[in-house]
Amino acid sequence: MPDAARVLPLDGIAPLIGPALTMTPLAPCMRLILRGRAAAAAAAAPALGMRLPVLACRSARTGERAALWLGPDEWLILAPADDPLAATLAAALAGVAHALVDVSHRQSGLSIAGSAAATVLNAGCPLDLDHTAFPIGMCTRTVLAKSEIVLWRTGALAFRVEAGRSFVPYVWQYLAEAGREFG
Amino acid sequence: MSALRTPTGGRIDRSRKLRFSFDGRSFDGFAGDTLASALLANGVHLVGRSFKYHRPRGILSAGSDEPNALVAVARDAARVTPNLRATQVELYSELRAESQNRFPSLGFDIGVINDVVSPLLPAGFYYKTFKWPAWAWQRLYEPAIRAAAGLGRAPTLPDPDRYISRFAHCDVLVIGAGPAGLAAALVAADAGARVILCDEQAECGGSLLAETAATIDGWPAGDWVATTLATLAANPRVRVLPRTTAFGYFAHNMVGLNERVTDHLAAPPADLPRERLWQVRAAEVVIATGALERPLVFPNNDRPGVMLADAGRTYLLRYGVVPGRRVVIATAHDAAYRAALDLHAAGIAVPLIADLRQTATGDWPEAARAAGIRVRTGAIIATTGGRRRVAWAGVAQPDGGTIEPVPCDALLMSGGWTPSVHLFSQSRGKLRFDAEAQAFLPNLSVERERSAGACRGVFGLTAALADGAAAGEAAAKAAGHGGARAPRMAVTAKAFGGGGLLGPAAGTAAKHAFVDFQNDVTAKDIGLATREGFRSIEHVKRYTTTGMATDQGKTSNMHALGIVAAALDVPLPQVGLTTFRMPYTPVTFGSFAALSRGDLFEPLRRTPLHAQAVAAGAVFEDVGAWKRARYFPRAGEDMHAAVARECVAVRSRAGLFDGSTLGKIEIVGADAAEFLNRMYVNAWSKLGVGRCRYGILCREDGFVADDGVIGRIAADRFHVTTTTGGAARVLALMEDYLQTEWPDLDVWLTSVTEQWAVIALQGPQARDILAPFVAGIDLARAAMPHMSVVEGQVCGIPARLFRVSFTGELGFEINVPADHGPAVWQALMATGAVTPYGTEAMHLLRAEKGYIIVGQETDGTATPDDAGVGWAVARSKRDFVGKRSLARASMAAPARKQLVGLLTEDPNLVLEEGAQLVDDPTQAPPMRLLGHVTSSYYSASLGHSIALAMLSGGRARHGARLFVPMPGGAIAVQVTAPVFYDPEGARLDA
Amino acid sequence: MLLIDCPYCGKRPEIEFSYGGEAHVARPADPQALSDDAWAAYLYLRSNPKGRHAERWRHTHGCARFFNAVRDTVSDFFVTTYKVGETPPAEAWPRAAE
Repeated sequence: MPDAARVLPLDGIAPLIGPALTMTPLAPCMRLILRGRAAAAAAAAPALGMRLPVLACRSARTGERAALWLGPDEWLILAPADDPLAATLAAALAGVAHALVDVSHRQSGLSIAGSAAATVLNAGCPLDLDHTAFPIGMCTRTVLAKSEIVLWRTGALAFRVEAGRSFVPYVWQYLAEAGREFG
Repeated sequence: MSALRTPTGGRIDRSRKLRFSFDGRSFDGFAGDTLASALLANGVHLVGRSFKYHRPRGILSAGSDEPNALVAVARDAARVTPNLRATQVELYSELRAESQNRFPSLGFDIGVINDVVSPLLPAGFYYKTFKWPAWAWQRLYEPAIRAAAGLGRAPTLPDPDRYISRFAHCDVLVIGAGPAGLAAALVAADAGARVILCDEQAECGGSLLAETAATIDGWPAGDWVATTLATLAANPRVRVLPRTTAFGYFAHNMVGLNERVTDHLAAPPADLPRERLWQVRAAEVVIATGALERPLVFPNNDRPGVMLADAGRTYLLRYGVVPGRRVVIATAHDAAYRAALDLHAAGIAVPLIADLRQTATGDWPEAARAAGIRVRTGAIIATTGGRRRVAWAGVAQPDGGTIEPVPCDALLMSGGWTPSVHLFSQSRGKLRFDAEAQAFLPNLSVERERSAGACRGVFGLTAALADGAAAGEAAAKAAGHGGARAPRMAVTAKAFGGGGLLGPAAGTAAKHAFVDFQNDVTAKDIGLATREGFRSIEHVKRYTTTGMATDQGKTSNMHALGIVAAALDVPLPQVGLTTFRMPYTPVTFGSFAALSRGDLFEPLRRTPLHAQAVAAGAVFEDVGAWKRARYFPRAGEDMHAAVARECVAVRSRAGLFDGSTLGKIEIVGADAAEFLNRMYVNAWSKLGVGRCRYGILCREDGFVADDGVIGRIAADRFHVTTTTGGAARVLALMEDYLQTEWPDLDVWLTSVTEQWAVIALQGPQARDILAPFVAGIDLARAAMPHMSVVEGQVCGIPARLFRVSFTGELGFEINVPADHGPAVWQALMATGAVTPYGTEAMHLLRAEKGYIIVGQETDGTATPDDAGVGWAVARSKRDFVGKRSLARASMAAPARKQLVGLLTEDPNLVLEEGAQLVDDPTQAPPMRLLGHVTSSYYSASLGHSIALAMLSGGRARHGARLFVPMPGGAIAVQVTAPVFYDPEGARLDA
Repeated sequence: MLLIDCPYCGKRPEIEFSYGGEAHVARPADPQALSDDAWAAYLYLRSNPKGRHAERWRHTHGCARFFNAVRDTVSDFFVTTYKVGETPPAEAWPRAAE
């Protein structure tokens, strides 16, 4: 089945591009949830090509792969849709207590960037997004108004927002509405 | 130029004239005016009618404490804001304002009859009068009183404006940008703290905006405000929010701010929100909210033209408006002398300062005398005269005697100052009464806050600046920014002076001596309440309604306390203090709702197959936050016809159903089976890979919590399904046990509800229809029997294919990654062999088979056995969640309600869900109720209505004749087994 | 809105959390060995103190971990938070309001 047949929750929605704010729907990608203890994290590192972050709410990146700490035994691993990572990771983890679950379609989202990005997020996200409190690379599950989200600061003025598939249109619309005053 | 404007001075922009209207009359004002200052500049003092007696009322204050001058401001039919304080409404071009609580006009108001009969309307009038006859309250009195009461009218059209919320964080939040607040913000920012400074007024500066004499560090006060604001604006870690009211102080230093973004603009940009609700979490808070001047309580103190002394001064110095041409001053505090001197200096006649105090000495009184102003001490205002505006003040001795009428067109009064402790009190800080200051002052803090300046009794510019600077330094340090030192500011300003009085002076508590202007409560009313036995201020407040208007008694509460204390002859603190509650001033509902309205009221969850359902003509229903296809009507079909057709299609050929909302949890790990053994009532160890089992989950109390099919994908991997509504709850329950009771288990849970699109293909032809689309899957009966699961490909997409059925027919549930769901649905629809069916048909089909729906048949008090699924309980297991509770004797009592089927004797009668069952419909009420109908439908397949019910001792009653008593008569039913269709299950195994 | 110090993620706003009832009420190792009264006490009887209360919270919309907290039910301020399996510092141990 060609990828063209995939239907994403933000299909048909054009990116918002303004001087202070841009919002872009995320392209499809691979998302894996890895659950396990320190041994699993250690076993996963060679297959991932990087160590899993052990500091709370921090991420690690290598190439186009990223690992986000979501809990003390839970990581969200992001990779290109065609990355053979799932199989290599499963092989590397064989024999080590862990859970590896493909959630590529469970969630989706958007990238939001620009000088107003943090302000717009704070229309519904209660966290302190100042650089001192939420530096580049920080990531966490949190809420945006009435939706749970995963928020990841990918740059000084850039964030990635993921939400459950059925919540993504709400998240987009909420942020777009909050961003209106920033053009 | 109006004759009531000063030739120069003030902060208005005389080059920008603005036209506005009040009650349809056009006036001119200037940019920088408030509606109140612009009206005063046009000689308009009468601006409203009072709440109860409809007495003419004027502008009392110059700020948010205004009780009288409440107006409605309208932009169009939908944009009407009632009950705005004219003293806070900024003038803009073509502003339209209307007075309130008058009919037919402000000048001639029928309601004034209430004032004529006011002796008949004392405190507690309603409680005493409208008691008899009892029926009349609801039908007569209350509707009439409600029609007559109330202030402004809300618009009936939906609010077209946008509102927005914002969370913010800072080291130091400074509330109030008067001298203390500005100094605090300046010092805290200098220390490197992240600072938010907010002020309810359009301009920051507070009392400094009307300060013409003092200098700070050599700057005139106004220039110091400007340079200070420039310094703050240049600091990227500082945010200054004018027009922003800190309305509520919430737990753990969360402060609610209401920012009015566009109300002051003649043409608000469409993309700007009208208001912004800030939820600020501050490490430290500096409260610098200043103090409010008190009126004096004397007869007819509410006549238009009677104004607070400092408000009069503010209009003169800040807005360049003369409050009157001949102004009498009545005071118990030195501050009014300052107003007298400023008026005098502006060339306005001040014929008399009537000071309640027996002596008036010190700088201010001496300065007034030196300026030639007549000062009469020990003098009360016995009354005032004039029709719609004060024309004379009657000055007298407290012990009576002759009244000296002093002609005037304005009367400025000062009863002293009340520190604004509202936010401190909201933060649950404890107040203490300071006898010398005659005020409640902040004492014990609960939250991380500190008060500075007049709100904690530190009066006078020099002291307030120093106090604010010290508070800013301390707050920054407490927030981890210890670098700064509070600068010593060189201030030239006269001392503030002293004085003040709580309650009326002797001889002035007579008729029409108002305490609470907004609720029309007089000193007499409060005296009456004490004579009628009320002792606590909380009771006096509710009986008289003093302090209960929208201004929350900002100008009146201390007087009320003083009156009660004097009447009871107890020290004032003993009377108590009413609780300060949020909001400090009214906040619009729009601001609280912010973006959460319309489409954004809550997330509308659509399944991956939503567009396909829409294309197939679905009618949707709300199931929790989900939109689910309920039925797919064709032209001319109603719901029953559509559902009947869909059911027949499933029973005879095949139907297609979107089951994507089903909760799904992937349970992975070596201990996965053991974990399921502990959680579910069933046994899981022996379930083979590729097989499924129907699981029942109980709570620890033994009652059914959820159910669903669980498939074993691998030895260490289970695909668990839950009910649509139970998905989050079940996962939370499982995580609870796993994390807190059994953390040693090697098993992890991952929600995959939204990972999979679930397409149920159900019906005798399901296998044949599906066969061309699968790869790597043997669909043959032997290879893939009922209750099995296999991974393979459907339409070339990796899929988990379940052979399960919630319809009683041969069926499959195709799970594919969500983004691919539409392609698979479309491929199956394109065969032309399937009929899409919705939740309504699904409910009917499962009811024909007696399959329960948790939450419909069960209600949180049904055991698995009650619900007819006791066979699922693995009694041999040592333990599982709920097992011990199920072992209690009462859980096996024969009279428990058990699942049964019901057939009406009239096959076309469909019972109502929730209807009760009795054995004798002729018995006298209350009847002995045996059970209730849980599901009820008309089954087209069976040609008969069917129902499921929970019936006491139900399984022993099969075959019994019972009755459902209804308003139209009892309906006879026969109790049956709950399975109506294919009881042997042959069709499932096809 | 309370500010809650998640032992994993740090101080976060209350809306990310769910309340989980009294802490340190362990599920009996062998429920079947308990009398009806003892089982009912485990299910339903809680201390409900005025003062310091050991209770469970879950950082549901965060790290998703359950953890324990000692909170003063009078002041609504937290005394401490700690991970499941840990014991709170002695000075934080629940006690009635003075």
